[in-house]
Amino acid sequence: MSDTESTKPGHEHPAHLAHHFDNPQQQYNAGKLGMWLFLTTEILLFSALFCWYAVYRAAHPEVFIYAHKFLDVNLGAINTIVLLFSSLTMAWAVRASQMGDRRTLVITLSLTLLCAFAFLGIKSIEYRHKWHEGLLWVSRYDPQHHDTHEGHETAHTQAATTPAAVPVVAAASATTQRDAEGRIVETLVIKEPAKDLHVGPTGVVETWTEKHEMTQGHAAKMGESPRLAGLFFSIYFVMTGLHGVHVLVGMGLITWILIRGARGEFSAQYFAPVDSVGLYWHIVDLVWIFLFPLLYLIH
Amino acid sequence: MTAVTTNHTPPSLTPDLVREDNYLTHGSGIMSWLFTLDHKRIGVMYLISVIASFLLGGVFALIIRTQLSTPEGVIWTTQLQFKLYNQMFTLHGAVMIFLVLIPGIPGALGNFILPLMIGAKDVAFPKLNLLSYHLYVIGAVVIVVSIIFGAVDTGWTFYAPYSVRTDTAVELMVLGAFILGFSSILTGINFIVTIHALRPPGMTWFKMPLMLWALYATSIIQILATPVLGITLVLLAVEKMMKIGIFNSAYGGDPVLFQHFFWFYSHPAVYIMILPAMGIISEVISTYSRKPVFGYRFVALSSIAIAIIGFLVWGHHMFPNGQSTLLGTIFSFMTMLVAIPSAIKVWNWLATMYKGSIDLKTPMCYALAFLFLFAIGGLTGIFLGSLATNVQLHDTYFVVAHFHYVMFGGTMIGFLAGLHHWWPKITGRMYHQGLGRLGCLLVFIGFNLTFFPQFVMGSHGMPRRWARYEPEYWPYHAASTVGAYIQLVAFILIAVYLLHSLFRGRKAPANPWGSGTLEWQTTSPPPHDNFAVAPTVDEPYNTDNLVYDPAIGGYVNKPTDTPAGPAAVPH
Repeated sequence: MSDTESTKPGHEHPAHLAHHFDNPQQQYNAGKLGMWLFLTTEILLFSALFCWYAVYRAAHPEVFIYAHKFLDVNLGAINTIVLLFSSLTMAWAVRASQMGDRRTLVITLSLTLLCAFAFLGIKSIEYRHKWHEGLLWVSRYDPQHHDTHEGHETAHTQAATTPAAVPVVAAASATTQRDAEGRIVETLVIKEPAKDLHVGPTGVVETWTEKHEMTQGHAAKMGESPRLAGLFFSIYFVMTGLHGVHVLVGMGLITWILIRGARGEFSAQYFAPVDSVGLYWHIVDLVWIFLFPLLYLIH
Repeated sequence: MTAVTTNHTPPSLTPDLVREDNYLTHGSGIMSWLFTLDHKRIGVMYLISVIASFLLGGVFALIIRTQLSTPEGVIWTTQLQFKLYNQMFTLHGAVMIFLVLIPGIPGALGNFILPLMIGAKDVAFPKLNLLSYHLYVIGAVVIVVSIIFGAVDTGWTFYAPYSVRTDTAVELMVLGAFILGFSSILTGINFIVTIHALRPPGMTWFKMPLMLWALYATSIIQILATPVLGITLVLLAVEKMMKIGIFNSAYGGDPVLFQHFFWFYSHPAVYIMILPAMGIISEVISTYSRKPVFGYRFVALSSIAIAIIGFLVWGHHMFPNGQSTLLGTIFSFMTMLVAIPSAIKVWNWLATMYKGSIDLKTPMCYALAFLFLFAIGGLTGIFLGSLATNVQLHDTYFVVAHFHYVMFGGTMIGFLAGLHHWWPKITGRMYHQGLGRLGCLLVFIGFNLTFFPQFVMGSHGMPRRWARYEPEYWPYHAASTVGAYIQLVAFILIAVYLLHSLFRGRKAPANPWGSGTLEWQTTSPPPHDNFAVAPTVDEPYNTDNLVYDPAIGGYVNKPTDTPAGPAAVPH
């Protein structure tokens, strides 16, 4: 793939060769290095979120164990397969562009795009469920009417029992009770120590008890709903949301190279944009590969 | 503001250069500047924008110092008004750090000089370079607009939980900083790829000028640290708007986590600011001592070492903030380690000057000022890096003085050294050396008068960020304010003679200082494509074949070579 003919600087340059590069090989190498460096920044961008996840999971394990059951493993697994398949078609597309095979390129890129649509479609179904059930980030966490959800939840037994218990809570805290996380835990007691655990020395914690009563609609039957259960959904929405934004960007990029590819702009000598978009897409995939088990498959 | 300034400068530069084909005359009109892909023009635009931002941040600083010239406060005297003081020092910090210090040397001088130093036509990704500048301008505009919507009063560190509680426009300010972060990342990527891919044959890694090593190390930090700041600021804004419970303890969040995330970027960012300045000092000291840099490899690798160790010290900002003693001890130890590569640099610079033929041109004066001020800034860092003394000095004026010695005494003085060193190359004009030295002296005196008393009052317990203070600190504050105004005079002087040089300055020869690096082999200012003839690559600081030619007021190759002058050396 790298056997580009060595164009001497004096010769006529190929159209895609920028004036400040000596030859296509140099330009290709520069572009590839630049792309890898960019991907490094992407990984670091997400790494802060993974840190957040790690810190909070260590501090509130019960929140994660409890709340992950509300995620739909089946939909998550389907999405994982969809994305993995899209990575295959993307890699295929890169290969096709290197071979100068325009038809395969267009087909595989279209398939990749289709997978991206499917992924976001399924994601939006999941989001909609969470929205209806009030399974939102911590300040808006207010679980209700889970009966709409049972179709999916029956998949795993524990989860099937818990949602049924939640509606009671909703009745108790109807209006703007966004502080529903004030529920008290019976099994794993968090109570006051939880705050000291993470913010003690700064002395800023007293606000918790001042502003948020601990007494709100506590469903006795629930038993297991930890006080900060909404934190899990904060993490869930931010992480999958940022990932979703990356998928959207990726769809834009794929469309761009799809159009260029359909015009026949790529050849064995020039395929760097397809290569770069491919790398980006694989990173987007990779992030999901970590998100899926960390969010959906907790034990 | 930026666009207007950009609009003004080129015509003022051009009148009697019209007949020459150089980058300034290559294309005319605002659009040929605002959408240029030429790294030199982008560098000049950065330069103008950074100087404009410096002016803005400087005005904020003067307001702060004026307020503090009496214990009761001159401008604001009531509790309600003190919010304005908080906004003022926040803006001073944010503007100086995000708009001046971080993009200053890489964006302005680095963009101009890096491709020239490796004899390339441009950076690897010119469009990305332009995008990076545009993002810088957009970010700057967002930050200025945020002042209108409620200037942030959190301090430039945006510590939670106050930053999510305050009614000021934190979201806009962090959005601006986020955009600036992107700009910074793109510059970093561009520089690394350029250095990897576009070095000329013969320039191996250890034949690169040290400025390039410094910029390379800087770029590594920009790439690895800035994304973390970006996501942290996004999370902060999301926390403020949606209350997701990440940094706000009222929702189960952890304010200390914010500090970890923030300093994971912001401490390495200190090295983003200082490393390029160190690169400039290496160039300047070598040039004006007429000697190659002593211990070249050590100086080169110490830049990389600083970049790496710099990532492992962020916790020293949080010794009293709820960090475990064990972590504190580790971070303290790592902080001490940074002293080693820093000291390697300083000693090697001193050794470079030893028995050199020192020529006290303006850039060299700044380099000497740098050595003095950076030594003080660095050594006081050791006080702050030690656990025990840190607890005593934390959040006092000692800290303020320390980071101003490093940031201003280090980065800004390095920037001024570089600006004076490359001014002839950038503008094609020589400035007045006497006034240049006087300006340097005034900056030096004003700076020390401003910040040295702050060490003393800080160690006596004067807390930072206070709008008024006990009368016992008055003498120190008074001296500090006087120093600030001396700096104002100094910068006016510098602006006057530099602007004067643009119109009346003697035309610069290709190599006025007798430097051995490649950028001096082309004309001043360089042509659009940088080099008429590909430059010859040699040891970076080899000046043996240069000889002073009084007729042109610059250095040329010894007559045995081509007599046509340094730009025409055949490959």
